[in-house]
Amino acid sequence: MTLRLGTFESVIGLEVHAELLTASKIFCGCSAAFGAPPNQHTCPVCLGMPGMLPVLNRRVVEFAVRAGLATHSKIAPVSRWARKNYFYPDLCKGYQISQYELPICEGGHVDIVVEGVAQRVRLTRIHMEEDTGKNIHDARSNASLVDFNRSGVPLLEIVSEPDMTWPAEAVAYLRALRSTLQYLQICDGNMEEGSFRCDANVSVRPKGTTPLGTKVEIKNMNSFRNVERAIAFELERHVRVLEDGGTLVQETRLWDPDREETRPMRSKESAHDYRYFPDPDLPPLVVSDAFVDEIRRTLPELPEARRARFVGALGLPDYDADVLTARRDVADYFEAVVATHANAKAASNWVMGDILRLVRERKLDDAPAITDWPVAAAHLAELIALIDEDAISGKIAKTVFEEMVTSGETPRAIVARLGLTQVSDEGPIIAAIDEVLAANAAKVAEYRSGKDKLYGFFVGQVMKATAGKANPGVVNRILAERLKG
Amino acid sequence: MPTDLTIAAAAERLRRGDLTAVDLTQTALDRIAATDGAIHAFLTVTPDEALAAARAADAALASGTAAGPLTGIPIAVKDVIATAGIRTTAASKILADFVPAYDATVTRRLKDAGAVIVGKVNCDEFAMGSSNENSAYGVTRNPWDLDRVPGGSSGGSAAAVAAGQALASLGTDTGGSIRLPASYTGIVGMKPTYGRVSRFGVVAYASSLDQVGPMTRDVTDCALVLATLAGHDPRDSTSVHRPVGDYAAAVADGVAGARGLRIALPREYFGEGMQPAVEQAVRTAATTFRDAGATVHDASLPHTEHAVGTYYILATAEASSNLARYDGIRYGLRAPTDGGLLDLYRQTRAAGFGPEVKRRIMLGTYVLSSGYYDAYYLKAQKVRTLIRRDFEQVFAGSDVIMTPVAPTTAFRIGEKTADPLQMYLSDVFMISINLAGLPAIVLPCGVDEHGMPIGLQIVGPPFGEEIVLRAARAFEAATKWHQLRPPDLAERKPPN
Repeated sequence: MTLRLGTFESVIGLEVHAELLTASKIFCGCSAAFGAPPNQHTCPVCLGMPGMLPVLNRRVVEFAVRAGLATHSKIAPVSRWARKNYFYPDLCKGYQISQYELPICEGGHVDIVVEGVAQRVRLTRIHMEEDTGKNIHDARSNASLVDFNRSGVPLLEIVSEPDMTWPAEAVAYLRALRSTLQYLQICDGNMEEGSFRCDANVSVRPKGTTPLGTKVEIKNMNSFRNVERAIAFELERHVRVLEDGGTLVQETRLWDPDREETRPMRSKESAHDYRYFPDPDLPPLVVSDAFVDEIRRTLPELPEARRARFVGALGLPDYDADVLTARRDVADYFEAVVATHANAKAASNWVMGDILRLVRERKLDDAPAITDWPVAAAHLAELIALIDEDAISGKIAKTVFEEMVTSGETPRAIVARLGLTQVSDEGPIIAAIDEVLAANAAKVAEYRSGKDKLYGFFVGQVMKATAGKANPGVVNRILAERLKG
Repeated sequence: MPTDLTIAAAAERLRRGDLTAVDLTQTALDRIAATDGAIHAFLTVTPDEALAAARAADAALASGTAAGPLTGIPIAVKDVIATAGIRTTAASKILADFVPAYDATVTRRLKDAGAVIVGKVNCDEFAMGSSNENSAYGVTRNPWDLDRVPGGSSGGSAAAVAAGQALASLGTDTGGSIRLPASYTGIVGMKPTYGRVSRFGVVAYASSLDQVGPMTRDVTDCALVLATLAGHDPRDSTSVHRPVGDYAAAVADGVAGARGLRIALPREYFGEGMQPAVEQAVRTAATTFRDAGATVHDASLPHTEHAVGTYYILATAEASSNLARYDGIRYGLRAPTDGGLLDLYRQTRAAGFGPEVKRRIMLGTYVLSSGYYDAYYLKAQKVRTLIRRDFEQVFAGSDVIMTPVAPTTAFRIGEKTADPLQMYLSDVFMISINLAGLPAIVLPCGVDEHGMPIGLQIVGPPFGEEIVLRAARAFEAATKWHQLRPPDLAERKPPN
């Protein structure tokens, strides 16, 4: 995507809201699961009934610390809860419990690679807060309804510094961040369901200057593609306005994916004075060194480290390492294959190719973690082993694989049942070669007079004569000898 | 009449079988029926539930499985405290028909102790007020003089106990709301240390100050009820894990409990504008303590003059946020409107809240506003710390602090409604104690020239409920003020 920014340069910062995968809500015992019938996961606390009080879910703190450690943030030994006050029907208490002055994490970073160039995006802060309910407009009754299932679902708000310049960097940052949260198993990263939401703050300034231009916040971007297009649209709009001698207003704009443009929110919706103040219902949150150390010890290997290991220790190309580590479950699956049969490049080819093709076709990657793999990792390892043992050819392996997917049998069982074992014995192969050469005497003569290209024809004929089962290596060796004459 | 008994005396008669819980409860219900037309302490009377609880109490008493001294004792509950299945209005129109599905923890604790809840009592709307005149359902009258206020905000709780409609009641105290009405009606009321009693299920006014406490006929009863209420509640993150003291033992020594007590009299609590009889009664109390073996010394709480201002910034800031949930969306009043969402909010809150509640919401919204936060809220928090330190310094050399409760005895209905600032000053001697989170008890120490009760306030260090009760019980044992009862109300009608 090329941007027309003329004599201007762009500045982008992102705010991400990640719903946490805790079993219960942040301040009550209700289920935090998505998708229940409206208002099933509610109680007096998350409905904001009179006299109800919040009690913090310890897991939320644990998840926040995980995210903080994984992004190299400083974990605050003491942080505070604050109330963000505003009126809206989906906000049952008239305030949202969040963190304001003292967030749990400050000053981390996320490393990204864009078009081969490594970059660092600094994080301003990560804080915990509760999600709101959801307003639903019912067209039949022309009434507004509220579903409070989401009210009190824990969120992390992750705020970046304005360290990005291009929309592609913003997307790379979001992908890296989402992948990290998924690795930590604290967020499923589903943008369509809203469990990974993003707002962008963008501005432009004349190239080479330092003061930031007028900032606009963009909301309602529910896919990476929308993020990229919305930011690009907005940056170009800024440049157009400034080039025409206009001035920009600091405002919040909504991305309209159908019309591919941003539109200002009504000022009433954006002009809030949230009157933040410390929540008197919750004491300051004290996080001990021991608690942080315990979480640090149990932190999984993160995407960056894993990518480096796949390249360094397993000898995979950068591209393979990127694809395989984008999701923790895919990388885990790949590693399970390699653990059973140590041929990393072959395993990588199979996983990136046939396995991920089936995963996408079957939409298995919609789940937070893929469990229902098209074939078991051990079976795929066995298939690769069969190839490496010369028991089957690569071509036959494709047939075996399709059979594994449909029947669920082990590759050895399939090979035995269908009689697909590769023929490596020289006897039958010599017989087949001799037969092919005899039947094509003219071509043999042409070959011998220097038409090397015919070699492939002979191989093809031999494989055809052996129903594809001849070991290609053996065929090559003997065929070459025989053709020498 | 058995409803004039203390809990301790009634419990003894129930235990001996001289009295049944059903009879005691029926007497209380009859007393309510006979006197509440004049007093208007009750917003909701619950005879069916009360008699059912009384029958259960009698069964427990008969089988020897009674939970404790509160078994079968009729108790009234302030209407800001949630009672499952029973209307809980906070004396506000906005919650006129609100029936919670849950009990407050304190309600649950009373029920578990076998107590009989006879009904829900009146108060200032959302506990905001010093006279009970801010109730959306009409003022409660002082049983000692029906032309006078019972004090607020727990005025219904105080009047019900003073008038023999219940043996005890629960109040809440944010800036004196238990203690002022206890003082004005000649009963005992205690605000425990912040965090000692659960706030779960208590309609919040100012969360960092609110505390539930007992209102009783004497100090021993106060100890009994407090022992039932106190303790950690996992549903209130501000309730503390500390073990609960032995309150019964604290009141067991009677007048001997005063021996060796070091009592501080803060000079800032005596001065101009104080009714002479009030100052005289407190000075006499000091003499009573000295005679009983205590030492009384002068002390200083230098930041006292800033307490009222600090309180009205912090309490209203929290209130403006706490009351935002009453928006007409999910429960409570929803005003009819043809307009949009904003109109729904405006109409509902305009119709649902009374003038004092609106005043405090506006004040609180203002002090939290962008550009004003540092000058008001943040500065008030700093002053709060200074006030707390004042007390720490005094407690370094004293066991308790003794003060008047209010500059005057109960004032006349309507006397201060035109001037909110005058009304706010009724709480000047109590507000610092909420800001510092300390325990304080109020008990009768005299009557003025009109025969109106005068209260004495005894303040302890954090979680010093035992020393406070010991001191209060010693004074009570040395005096007879707690035995005074208001004139009989049975045949009295409300004036005008």
